[in-house]
Amino acid sequence: MDSVNLLAPFAEWFAKRGWQPRAHQLELLDKASQGRSALLVAPTGAGKTLAGFLPTLVDLASLDANVLKKRGLHTLYISPLKALAVDIARNLETPVSEMGLPFTIETRTGDTPAHKRARQAERPPNILLTTPEQLALLLAHRHAGELFGGLKTVILDELHALVTSKRGDLLSLDLARVHRLAPHCVTIGLSATVREPEALQRYLVPQLKGENQLADLVTVSGGAKAKIGILKTANRLPLAGHTALASMPEVYKAITAHHMTLVFVNTRMQAEFVFQELWKRNEASLPIALHHGSLDVGQRRKVEAAMVAGKLKAIVCTATLDLGIDWGDVDLVINVGAPKGASRLMQRSGRSNHRLDEPSEALLVPANRFEAMECQAALGAVEAAAQDTPDARTGSLDVLAQHVLGMACADGFIADELYQEVCSAEPYHTLTRADFDAVLDFAATGGYALRAYEHFAKIKRGNDDIWRIATPQAAQHYRMNIGTIVESTMLKVRLGRMTKAGTPARGGRVLGEVEDYFAEGLVLGDTFIFAGEVLRFEGLVSNEVIVARAARGVDPKIPAYAGGKFPLSTFLAERVRVMLADPASWKILPTEVSEWLEWQRDKSIVPAANELLVETFPSGDRHYLALYPFEGRLAHQTLGVLLTRRLERARLKPLGFVCNDYGLCIWGMGNIGEALVHGTVSLDTLLSEDMLGDDLEEWLAESSIMKRAFRYCAVISGLIERRHPGQEKTGKQVTISTDLVYDVLRRHEPDHILLKAARADAALGLLDLKRLNDMLNRIRGHVVLQHLEKVSPLSVAVLLEIGRESVYGEAAEDILAEAEQSLLAEAME
Amino acid sequence: MQPSEGVTSPAFQLGALALVPDLSGALHAPDKRLLIVADLHFEKGSALARRGSMLPPYDSRETLARLAALVLRLKPKTIIALGDTWHDRGGHSRMDSSDEEVFAGLRQGIDWVFIAGNHDPEPPPELKGSAMQEMVLGGVTFRHEPDSRVETPEIAGHLHPAAKVKGRGRSVRRKCFVSNQSRCILPAFGAYTGGLNVLDPAFRPFFSDSGFKAHLIGERRVYGIGPLSLLPD
Repeated sequence: MDSVNLLAPFAEWFAKRGWQPRAHQLELLDKASQGRSALLVAPTGAGKTLAGFLPTLVDLASLDANVLKKRGLHTLYISPLKALAVDIARNLETPVSEMGLPFTIETRTGDTPAHKRARQAERPPNILLTTPEQLALLLAHRHAGELFGGLKTVILDELHALVTSKRGDLLSLDLARVHRLAPHCVTIGLSATVREPEALQRYLVPQLKGENQLADLVTVSGGAKAKIGILKTANRLPLAGHTALASMPEVYKAITAHHMTLVFVNTRMQAEFVFQELWKRNEASLPIALHHGSLDVGQRRKVEAAMVAGKLKAIVCTATLDLGIDWGDVDLVINVGAPKGASRLMQRSGRSNHRLDEPSEALLVPANRFEAMECQAALGAVEAAAQDTPDARTGSLDVLAQHVLGMACADGFIADELYQEVCSAEPYHTLTRADFDAVLDFAATGGYALRAYEHFAKIKRGNDDIWRIATPQAAQHYRMNIGTIVESTMLKVRLGRMTKAGTPARGGRVLGEVEDYFAEGLVLGDTFIFAGEVLRFEGLVSNEVIVARAARGVDPKIPAYAGGKFPLSTFLAERVRVMLADPASWKILPTEVSEWLEWQRDKSIVPAANELLVETFPSGDRHYLALYPFEGRLAHQTLGVLLTRRLERARLKPLGFVCNDYGLCIWGMGNIGEALVHGTVSLDTLLSEDMLGDDLEEWLAESSIMKRAFRYCAVISGLIERRHPGQEKTGKQVTISTDLVYDVLRRHEPDHILLKAARADAALGLLDLKRLNDMLNRIRGHVVLQHLEKVSPLSVAVLLEIGRESVYGEAAEDILAEAEQSLLAEAME
Repeated sequence: MQPSEGVTSPAFQLGALALVPDLSGALHAPDKRLLIVADLHFEKGSALARRGSMLPPYDSRETLARLAALVLRLKPKTIIALGDTWHDRGGHSRMDSSDEEVFAGLRQGIDWVFIAGNHDPEPPPELKGSAMQEMVLGGVTFRHEPDSRVETPEIAGHLHPAAKVKGRGRSVRRKCFVSNQSRCILPAFGAYTGGLNVLDPAFRPFFSDSGFKAHLIGERRVYGIGPLSLLPD
């Protein structure tokens, strides 16, 4: 039967709206009817979601009401955002009710009441829209086999966004289980354009050992090309900084000239700042709102509703509005700061004119001169439609440990079979049996060489060889700890004043939440921007930050680091290097930027695209070493730490370093320039790849980076319990610090599987080791050394980041010593 | 600034005892060749494992290794353990045999006193002989929980003190001793023991707002820091 006939019941409904089913929608319908899984890659506005659901709607429409009632779960829709699931459900209900179709559609998220969730597991709807975490919980249900047995379609929305994180690992394991419970089930992946669609095609179907299984690919090409420009400002672009203050008048003007604007920024701090600056200029009192992840949920929902209703002129937002929800009639996207990646820029600009046949319009607003170059490079990349989405992941072992517990909660598993199943998930395709066994052992008893916990095992193998959850408590423990997102501890921000007795006056409104490390840095009377207001810190009471509104005209203390959290993509970095090497290309840059580069050429050197420029110069009573690898902040930070250690060993007394996405500067007491001239140290040695061996290991062992990575792995793998809201005040002995556990484990069992998982995470997400390694390879034999009398133009832009970074070395010890000194001073008075 | 040795004398006097807070978290009375440790919490790991958190079962081993290093360095005649030596009543029976051996070795030639704690009100049978509720030495009472009703000098544990100091835009939190003229509370010594901020109300009955000193345990030495420089959590 061809798809046009299949579509007959819908023809009328389509016609009434003057719609024509699009080619890719029919193609996907065709694939599904042949039982073939498929990946749909399409730009925003191509009707991806409808395409994904069409096979389901057609199939369900052919069944009568009685069959449907008994049919159970037919289609699962998985979205990375619960709001998106809710939104899609609403959009589906319209055609379904208008056509009088009798099937049931429900959502299931963390917000769904417990009784409804329980009912859904007993009597599921025909279409269930949910998140990866909820799917994991359903699959861990004892009756998962019956629940999923009749499943025909799984739709994975925003797949490109899901697969780049541990959530993607979890979802891949769940998919592997779904494929096993419902072997004929078809998967449909919906994705924005990506660099390597094959990775996603593999993700959708079970992988067999030694074979490359691919889902079919359906691509919607074209769409109108985005109109992306770089905002020109009348003010001079500063050398450093991330606030884009210079461009605010023009940003405001652009907002005025459009119907509705989304202003994307890279961090919450930037969002607060930009929002504040726009309102300072808002003579027309335009409705400009703020949206970021730390704001109170109620407040966010209000903003979203106002946006849908078309009541807003602009929203300043972070990545929280990056994904798919069609909030309203946006006709301009402004990206403040450099975009960091070409694909991200294309996806963000797609948020304006959410229709395929109209060009989307976007403006880039560089905040400093390096960013001006990066923005220009990004334009070139978009013009060439070049993608730079991240590489496919290798599945994390901590996520696997969580999954193993879940599968033991379902009706148990045989180890050999579960290993096969897990390996059929794309991210775990190369998992070794040894690692799998270690994870299984870990899930059961902690997996320690000292077999101390056999009696307390959480999962046990029965005489029938089946591993099952050992106790109801262990199952409860698993359900409470589901998921892969480990939030940093958040503190509520509440309006109120402290009374004289040092307790807060009650009744203030909650404005939102901040990370605990931010609150820790605050001193009584400090002012900061939050929720669009300047607030004064009044005190910390249990787990709430008490604030008061600051007097008008009071300047906020701008939070320390305001740079982006996404690292510059390798691809854009290369384009920036090429641009830097070619003075002819500087003409299109703003005058102050090309002048700055010319100045660099005169005073120092402009390196060729394949070269690494290294400069030395004295300044004050310090000696500086500046490098420009253009490899992103994370890789530079790692390089900075390792180089500093090497300089220390060479007795050059390094004191600190600073870096941004483009370069780094190290300074110290020793004359590094002279040491290089005399050959007492050489750049070849300093920059040799063996720094990623012992030096790295030594540093990692004592750094807080491993501890942080370990904490996340410990929570995800179920080693320690996740903290839940309201549970914080459980007293000193109950919650054990994972730092202590890390120290003990590292000393007594350094090869433990969880340390391996933490190391892999740190290497990827916190240290960017692969990139650093690639860079060290790339520059071998291509290092240009330039000795200067004074600071170079490029280095100024890096050095201006000082004060935003913590200082290297034994700072912690010095802080203690200084505090002791101040006690002494007190005593002397 | 490099912290220099001897800028402040870390030693203090309590009753007839001259006491030095040691970097290890033990309190040392060199004249008496006496070491005092608090809250070893042996087998806390296995206690938590029983409830489903399979923490590395090496906490007793680690605590013992630290004790052994300390004994080697300071060569005490007497060690007073200020209670909560075992994390729970059954703790001693869960200790691995190799750890037990190390522990027995550490008791050779050293007089141990095991003060009873709230976690271990009863000592393991084989140590009954050296168990006590409280003891007095040099005019100082050694007990597990500090007692705010008495005026006589005391050394106690139980509260797991820690303190936080701020500088250069970041803060440092460390375990610490807290002391004034008549009282010293020791940090918890055990590998899996955390710390409670000394500014917490739990410390208020024992130390007035300004009249105490926190001895923070750094990497290289102990830093004596006054209450004005301390931060709440």
